[in-house]
Amino acid sequence: MTKRTKIDARGAHCPGPLMELIAGLRLVEKGDEIEILSNDKGSLKDIPIWVQKAGHALGSIEELQEYYSIVVEKVKT
Amino acid sequence: MSKRIIIVGSGIGGTIVANGLCNILGSEIARREISVSMLSATDKHFYQPGLFYLPFGKFRESDLYKNQKEVLDDRIHFKVDPVTKIDIQDNTITTESDNIHEYDYLVIATGSRIRPDLIPGMKQSAHWFYDLDGARRLREALEDFKGGRVVINVNAPHKCPVAPVEVTFMMHSYLKERGLLENSEITYTYPIGRLHGIEPVSNWLEPEFESLGIRSETFFNTKEIVPSKRSIETEEGASLPYELLIAIPPHSGAQLIEDSNLGVGGWVPTDPQTLLLEGSNNVFVLGDTTNIPISKAGSTAHFEADVIIENLSALITEGRWAKNYDGKVFCFIETTDEKATYISFNYENPPRVGAPNQMIHWAKIGYNRLYWLSIKGLL
Repeated sequence: MTKRTKIDARGAHCPGPLMELIAGLRLVEKGDEIEILSNDKGSLKDIPIWVQKAGHALGSIEELQEYYSIVVEKVKT
Repeated sequence: MSKRIIIVGSGIGGTIVANGLCNILGSEIARREISVSMLSATDKHFYQPGLFYLPFGKFRESDLYKNQKEVLDDRIHFKVDPVTKIDIQDNTITTESDNIHEYDYLVIATGSRIRPDLIPGMKQSAHWFYDLDGARRLREALEDFKGGRVVINVNAPHKCPVAPVEVTFMMHSYLKERGLLENSEITYTYPIGRLHGIEPVSNWLEPEFESLGIRSETFFNTKEIVPSKRSIETEEGASLPYELLIAIPPHSGAQLIEDSNLGVGGWVPTDPQTLLLEGSNNVFVLGDTTNIPISKAGSTAHFEADVIIENLSALITEGRWAKNYDGKVFCFIETTDEKATYISFNYENPPRVGAPNQMIHWAKIGYNRLYWLSIKGLL
């Protein structure tokens, strides 16, 4: 069963939401998902680009009140 | 009955909390209404930010550490007895010597550790500067280095997010001073599509690196190091050869945290404002140990410690909450030619990078000495 881990990276200026996502992916199994919350508009661009480059899968991007929810599936070990 | 405060971990965060509590609660401690204890895995206190100067001959090894007893208030019960288990249901701590300690309030400050073992080939082939042995070995490698391709390879997560940048600048200065720059090439690699997680830092770095001839590779996530080829292979399919590899290995939290089922990867789920363990009202967490998505840095631990001191004191003596942590972080950034800059930010205000100057460099050099006063609560 797919496990989803939430990382609340709102207010994460350093090293930033994408670096938190990379760190989080180290800790989950192949097939699991990470939902990352970010209030940095840049995440809408840099997370999908990195996910594609790194060979993982983008689940969803949702714009919520004053922040974004981005779901990423770990495809590679 | 007296209130027992136990601090696990004797790094910057734990030490500032312990000393700060003694400064504020001196009367209560004298009346034996409160006790402050610290359990540590070591009798030494390291000034970790000094480590990256060591390979370049800019810091004496003897200036890196003091006996932990020397930096602690005499009223603290200090024991070197590594903790093997924290039980937050029973409010107890078990140590290597099989002693069980009960607490009323617990402060977890167990820090983080490098994990070169998580990337195949890294432990055997790479140098690093995040611990004393690694910094010593890098110093030896630099003394023997006659020029070639130097790679500074950043992996996530890691503590002190600006240290790799500082080492890159210092490497450039070192090679220049030794006349090796002409036949060397420095490459800095970073996991995401720019040079640093902080966009303003990245924007500042780009022209700085370009003017110094420092190459960079982005979207660079290390898959393995191949010692026989002296190359780094990436998840993205790239291959980068090196003669000298300085890695920033991925980090984990303390094994104790995982053994106690307190957090995956050794990072403890912590409320970003109260610094309480999620769901707890008597366990505080600070520094690298938390899962809060901000810099794992000494200044973070220091500012968090100040908040915990205020709240623990107020809770015990007045039964009230004093203040929340606002995410404050301050980091110096050493650059070249004896100049430095800094970044300062909190949850609400992102960092900006000013032009480096010599004054900030000397402030950093001064702080390297003043650290020992600051952890005693005298600054």
